[in-house]
Amino acid sequence: MIPLLSVSDLRVGFGRNPQANEVVRGVSFDLADGETLAIVGESGSGKSVTALSINRLIDFGGGRITGGAMKLKRADGSLFDLMTATEPQLTGIRGAEIGMIFQEPMTSLNPVLTIGSQIEESFRLHRGLTGGQATAAAKDALDRVRIPDAARRLKYTPNQLSGGMLQRVMIAIALACNPRLLIADEPTTALDVTVQAQIMALLAELKRETGMSMIFITHDIGLVAGIADKVMVMQNGQAVEQGELNQILDSPQHPYTQHLLHAVPHFTNGGTTRSDGRRDKGAGTEPALKVDGLVVRFPLKSSFFSRATGAVHAVDGVDFDLMPGETLAIVGESGSGKSTTARAVLGLVRSTRGSFTVGARKASAQQSALPVQMVFQNPYASLNPRLSIESILAEPVIATGGRVDAGTRVRMASLLERVGLPKNSLERYPHEFSGGQRQRLCIARALMLNPSVVVLDEAVSALDVSVQAKVLELLVDLQREFGLAYLFISHDMAVVERIAHRIAVIYAGQIVEIGDATSVLSKPKHSYTKKLIAAVPTVDRRHEHFELDTRQVPSLVRPRGFEPAPARWERFGSDHMARAEA
Amino acid sequence: MNYLMRRLATFPLVLLGVSILVFVAIRMVPGDSITAMLGTEAGLLTPAQRDSLAAYFGIDQPWFIQYWRWIGGILHGNLGISVTYGRPVLDVILERFPLTLELAVLSMIIALVVGMPAGIFAATHNEKLSDLGVRIVAMIGQSTPSFVLGLLIIYTLSAGFGVLPAMGEFAPLWQDPLRNLSQMILPAITLGFAFAASVTRISRSAMLDVLSDDYVRTARSKGASARSVIWRHALPNALIPVVTLSGIEFGYLLGGAVIVEQIYALPGLGRMVLDAIQQRDYALVQGSVLFIAFNFMIVNLLVDLAYVALDPRIRLGES
Repeated sequence: MIPLLSVSDLRVGFGRNPQANEVVRGVSFDLADGETLAIVGESGSGKSVTALSINRLIDFGGGRITGGAMKLKRADGSLFDLMTATEPQLTGIRGAEIGMIFQEPMTSLNPVLTIGSQIEESFRLHRGLTGGQATAAAKDALDRVRIPDAARRLKYTPNQLSGGMLQRVMIAIALACNPRLLIADEPTTALDVTVQAQIMALLAELKRETGMSMIFITHDIGLVAGIADKVMVMQNGQAVEQGELNQILDSPQHPYTQHLLHAVPHFTNGGTTRSDGRRDKGAGTEPALKVDGLVVRFPLKSSFFSRATGAVHAVDGVDFDLMPGETLAIVGESGSGKSTTARAVLGLVRSTRGSFTVGARKASAQQSALPVQMVFQNPYASLNPRLSIESILAEPVIATGGRVDAGTRVRMASLLERVGLPKNSLERYPHEFSGGQRQRLCIARALMLNPSVVVLDEAVSALDVSVQAKVLELLVDLQREFGLAYLFISHDMAVVERIAHRIAVIYAGQIVEIGDATSVLSKPKHSYTKKLIAAVPTVDRRHEHFELDTRQVPSLVRPRGFEPAPARWERFGSDHMARAEA
Repeated sequence: MNYLMRRLATFPLVLLGVSILVFVAIRMVPGDSITAMLGTEAGLLTPAQRDSLAAYFGIDQPWFIQYWRWIGGILHGNLGISVTYGRPVLDVILERFPLTLELAVLSMIIALVVGMPAGIFAATHNEKLSDLGVRIVAMIGQSTPSFVLGLLIIYTLSAGFGVLPAMGEFAPLWQDPLRNLSQMILPAITLGFAFAASVTRISRSAMLDVLSDDYVRTARSKGASARSVIWRHALPNALIPVVTLSGIEFGYLLGGAVIVEQIYALPGLGRMVLDAIQQRDYALVQGSVLFIAFNFMIVNLLVDLAYVALDPRIRLGES
């Protein structure tokens, strides 16, 4: 039996001398009809380059295939040599026989064209459809990816749809002409966990319907379990291990695969939460941070002069307290208000109402010089590239009116050593550090002022799994050493499980469930928490079927003067409560 | 529409600011209409003669009274009387404007027709020899002063081919289109060359940016041909900077092109304004500056409207 796709000894290089700069160094695999191969690896492993080489899009990305063979079995059974094909031949293959979806649905669709015309294009190119026929086909394609109200949505431009919807549109485009191979390059990485579950469900269902083969590229070995038949693990441009799904996940042979499986935080429904630093009941310690009735609203105006017609209720009545040495994780999806909460605590956004108490000090809502510091999500964007590390670390001291003296320098050096960076880092610049090292720098910067509370806004989300694990470890160590209180904002339940003592689940600007981490994760009470937990991919759930759900996230726009109904809380045990649902 | 109304409502405010600036600025220049008109002979005037001339020109009053009278006149559609021409300022401007507008439009057409394809070509042949060639020509175009190019064109034509650019009395487009075009084409090329060079450079860099965007990769993954990728997917996204640049350049050209008008002996706005400044023809300077500012605002508004047409993400008048 001839495989649908056979790749042998694929080599891809970049730059003026591609032979010398190979990022894919001899990758071979076969893919049978209807089979799904998952390619797993960390950033820079060459997994995306491998994928882009298959339909030769790599030619446009500055890459050059330097060796190997790639054969595609066409619909009529003939073999198509992808290596020697000319560009016009390839345009006949792309979209028709090989479809592709990408990581960022927000940027992968042309912003100035309607989604209808972008779907129609596939039919025009490969099926020769025009006019009404193409439009009808586009509508069918949208129906197929379960987008409600497809006929109307065809006229939308991409900015009018959410990320999850756009990824569905991308899938509709990729599958428009029923390709027999779909390449999905990290299709859910940029999406929320419940949306991710939806996209995965959709892909699985479409695969069943059409019998297509799929190459699924991901860094998340948990996702692999849900969809793949075969797994290939890549490191430094080479396939270090490949085989059947169960074999790879249950008895990995290569040390790197073992390392990856070990480093990926496995979600265990509250089985592996931290056991240190539990809340000390009864003792009279003051909370490090207490937030009462926090409300953040952004008024909506139709023009500069007119009155506000309504408001976006980004945060709508949030209360919690945080003890020294404790981690409170705030989990929720994008747009739920979790980052706004964090920013309000730091005074980065103006809170409409509510009060903060930090330590014993009552702080006004607009005060920014609190002993609260923040570490942001993207370590590449949150360090000024023009400043040396010394200046970066001096910044918080200067900003609060302090002077940089010998003591400051001693502190810089000791903090850098503490976060595990080389001694000579002070004179260097951010671009000389890797992502993980930069995040360590951000942590050191946050600790310069000896804060009692550190807000970590998706602080490990942008990092590769093995780096992520080390940074989490560092955070836990620092917490023990300095008695820091962490407000840990995250969408990743598996990460949260590792670091949180307590968890607050936030939905549509309100906390719907809060309490002890083990209790919340193992016995979730609110329907949203349950949904969130059910959507977490794990290596233990293989080929699981998700129910498709086409509901959109609720709008947070409320009419002027709207006040939410006061929450009714149901208590479960000593430290666990959930909002009563209507 | 609502947006358009609000934008138009800001025009009088801007014009008011411009009018004060130009009014004060021209009066800060030493000399006045009398010395400008009579030269050294102005020193021979008796004080009485001088006073009556000043009263005739209206410059005997304090400046705020003069300003008040001028603004009052403008509100009635009267920009004042030009001292040098002895005719209403608006008439003088409107007589010169068609030539300036035609020159600006022709230069822009040349710039877009030559510059955009050149820029796209360079972007799609990035780092190849042909790209380098386009970039060098564009660099030369941007850095060559227009009088050098103008004189070079005239010299080459006359010395090389024995052809002289059509000189003599200027023929408006609607009277003698052929003669008009033969008079206008060389100045338009002279102005359009530098303009085209800017357009080339900006469309090249905008296209390069866009060609590495994710949606271009998506288009290719669909099987779109190289031509469709460039014209259908990339170009509409690369147009905004081109429109911005063209709008600004076009706005400047509507203010007249002094040097090119001088070289080709064209009676355009630029030379008129220059003469008016030298003659201390206050009314004409003030009137033309207001007129030029108004044109610029119209062009800016059109550019903003073009953004909306080009990019559905841009909504005007929303915060």
